[in-house]
Amino acid sequence: MNASQTKLEARRRANTELGLLVLALVVCLVAYALVGLAREPQLPAGMAGYGGILAVIAVGTHLFMRRVAPGADPLLFPLAFALNGLGLVMIRRIDYAMAASDASELAPSQTVWTMVGVGLLLATLLFIRDYEVLDRYRYSIGIAAIVLLLMPLLPVIGANINGANLWVRVAGFSIQPGEFAKIGLAVFFASYLAENRQLLTVATNRLGPLMVPPARAFGPVLAVWGLSLAVLVFERDLGLSLLLFGLFISMLYVATARVAYVLGGIGLFALGGYVAYLLFGHVRDRIGIWLDLWNSEAFGAGQLQQSLFALGTGGVAGVGLGQGHPDYIPIVSTDFIFSAFGEEAGLLGTTALLLCYLLFIGRGYRIALRCQQEFGQLLAMGLVTLYALQVFIIVGGVTRLIPLTGLTLPFVSYGGSSLLANYVLVGLLIRISAGELAARPAPRRRGRRSRSDDEAQADLAETQSSGRHAS
Amino acid sequence: MSAGIRRVALTMVALFAALFVNLNYLQVVRADDLASNSANARRLVEEYESERGRILIGRGANTRPIAESVETKGELKYERTYASGPLFAHVTGYSSPIFGRSEIERAFDEALTGNAPEAFARNLADLLAGRERAGDSAHTTVREAVQQTAREALGDREGAVVAIEPATGAVLGLWSSPSYDPNELASHRPREVRASWERLNDDPAEPLLNRAVRESYPPGSTFKLITAAAALENGVSPEQTFTDPAALDLPQTTATIGNFSGGTCNGGQPITLTQALTISCNTTFAQLGLELGPEALAEQAERFGFNAEWEFQLPGNAVSNVPSDLDPPATAQSAIGQRDVRATPLQMAMVAATIANDGVIMAPRLVDRVEDTSGRIIREFPPEELDLPDQSNAQALNRGSANALQAMMENVVDAGSGQAAAISGVQVAGKTGTAQTGEGRPPTVWFVGFAPADNPAVAVAVVLPDGGGAGSEATGGAIAGPIARDVMQAALDTTQ
Repeated sequence: MNASQTKLEARRRANTELGLLVLALVVCLVAYALVGLAREPQLPAGMAGYGGILAVIAVGTHLFMRRVAPGADPLLFPLAFALNGLGLVMIRRIDYAMAASDASELAPSQTVWTMVGVGLLLATLLFIRDYEVLDRYRYSIGIAAIVLLLMPLLPVIGANINGANLWVRVAGFSIQPGEFAKIGLAVFFASYLAENRQLLTVATNRLGPLMVPPARAFGPVLAVWGLSLAVLVFERDLGLSLLLFGLFISMLYVATARVAYVLGGIGLFALGGYVAYLLFGHVRDRIGIWLDLWNSEAFGAGQLQQSLFALGTGGVAGVGLGQGHPDYIPIVSTDFIFSAFGEEAGLLGTTALLLCYLLFIGRGYRIALRCQQEFGQLLAMGLVTLYALQVFIIVGGVTRLIPLTGLTLPFVSYGGSSLLANYVLVGLLIRISAGELAARPAPRRRGRRSRSDDEAQADLAETQSSGRHAS
Repeated sequence: MSAGIRRVALTMVALFAALFVNLNYLQVVRADDLASNSANARRLVEEYESERGRILIGRGANTRPIAESVETKGELKYERTYASGPLFAHVTGYSSPIFGRSEIERAFDEALTGNAPEAFARNLADLLAGRERAGDSAHTTVREAVQQTAREALGDREGAVVAIEPATGAVLGLWSSPSYDPNELASHRPREVRASWERLNDDPAEPLLNRAVRESYPPGSTFKLITAAAALENGVSPEQTFTDPAALDLPQTTATIGNFSGGTCNGGQPITLTQALTISCNTTFAQLGLELGPEALAEQAERFGFNAEWEFQLPGNAVSNVPSDLDPPATAQSAIGQRDVRATPLQMAMVAATIANDGVIMAPRLVDRVEDTSGRIIREFPPEELDLPDQSNAQALNRGSANALQAMMENVVDAGSGQAAAISGVQVAGKTGTAQTGEGRPPTVWFVGFAPADNPAVAVAVVLPDGGGAGSEATGGAIAGPIARDVMQAALDTTQ
């Protein structure tokens, strides 16, 4: 692809993005209008402000991205923007429902967080022109991530909200450092695995029917397992623990193509989970509620029941935006916001939301597959998997597919930390995607092989293990 | 690594597929279950969002609601209130956010919510025009004065009173004691509603039981009206005489049937049918029962509505029973309303009303029309003859027999066991009943009758199952008679 073709393709992508942003903006504005019209027979007063802010965000970010990230994937930002916009509409709608009992409004602060989040996206693109820079600072990033992860356990700043020790209070703000730690860990894992994948791939020992790598290669697996369990035990956060472990196992699998890691990882996590089940009442409660929701007396059974009532009441078409009862669902603005959509927008609405996520995830994996660098591939794949697992864990939880563990629904749930972290995640994915068209030589450092050699190596490993995979 | 990424991607797609399948299960397959789950407050909130129609009594300018919905500031917008408390509890029933509905509230739920089939076209037009409308009102035939009199006359004694207009079947009074306050169950404070519900259900006096329609009692001597009707229909004349033993030997056994006084009815002299009814002579009616046989007795009772489920506007009225496959001793006992014969107060009021209406049995009605808020009639329930499942017509006994029986019943009040029911200036007809319920237990006492005898405006049945607290000496005439008198007086006072 020569320079002019590249430019043409970049412009074509940017125009696609602009079109999709306009579409997303229209969808959000219609939703906002419907929520308002359900209350009174005129367009809501805040509509101009809401529309104005979203339009400025959309157009401003778009123009900025044309300059700093030409050729980037044209779907990621519009999808994030649409989800964020719809989340704002639902949070406004929840404000209306809560107005009688609680005068504090969430929508204004979420709007501010949206602006800060988009600012962070732009800053990510502006300051990380080459994502390989993250590779270089991997240990700093890794240590920072672990510190962030464990911060809520510190005295003074640590805070327990809704039964989980996930928060720190700094300067009047409650922050969930775990949201940022996830991304830091994805960066660290990608970097670590890109460098050590050969070592981890070589199978020297036999364990039953499986060829497994040397025992010391399992060191990092055990370390992450320990970290996940620490999160589970000390921060009482099942969701984050599951998320981190799932992230690491999937990245390890991609890097090594070894099913043994996946099976071993699942086994280890199951073991840890079982011990936690025996030791901790809150874990037992969650499982008990999941298995026998309608007879459970445990605290938390009611909120899941309300979630299912909302989904059932919504049915296929929903009761209409602004016409349901999100106020019946506890913690509806964060963990259970999906159920609020389920009631008012029905199966059609929840399906549309999930398709937005699925489309985002599909684009993410496509970016990973097209990336020329091992680190970039692993990072993109890790970030997307993080995102996908988070959506699955929380949506599966509020629909009783799996035991409920508290996580935010990316871009939709109320909460600054989650929104900011997810915009950083989108920024990184966009940055990696922009490299697809960049006509620049792949930098080679630390003796890393070029992609062609690398693919050949990986394919070889694949061939060797394919017989085992197939069985 | 590409293959690994693809596999991870496929895994995520599989996880999402599971989410989609589960969502379809919840929002399509299980949607109705979840939406109508009793713990799902949305259904209730929607139900209470619109104003439920009123239940009305009275005529013209005196029309007033006995159940209506008032707007509240709470989550459930309209709260059901019953201005008269316990007075009409067994007529209106209750409409409770937790425990559902009973009586008119239940039977007329469709109309009260504005969804009667007759209102379909109107509702469609409302929907298209975006009009909101309160539910339609059910107008009852009950008269407050009759109801109030029944309540006062019965006091805190257990029992029931049913008053019917013989020519139309309109129920003028329907009182079951003890009663309860339906406001307690209609309240929007769940804790109090549950507490009231438990207290009412645990109460041994069973205040929630509507004795007027859902409990049956041994009718005792009031059943002699049916035995007499069967005799008249079978050619016995009121002046026909019977022997007057002190006790009647029951065939096939060593048992006997004696008279209430313990002796003969007429000094051992032959006694006429009229005399026998007047003083409620057991031996005469036991003889009649034996002569007529169990089939003829049951057949006559069935023409009055026994042994059959027939339609009444309150759901689930109990069936009154007369067995037809009896041996002679049981037949003799059944003929005087003992043994296995059972009747509801409503059934006995209908027996009196049918005799008063020259033998034509009218369908009892509690609600005569459903109207919208502007008074336009949505549905009417005009007077109709009762449609009994196995009867070809509503003529329970022919006019001649009915007239003869009327005269005999006048005699009961003028000169017999029912004198306590007499009203000065009005000819009352009636029959007393005192059913033995077991050694040492107080009898179930009855009075059934109608007034004025020549042009009946009201028929009534009064029952007190434990003798009204008067012990084993209680009699229908002494205990139930005065109550019937007061109730009939109240009905006559309110008849134009």
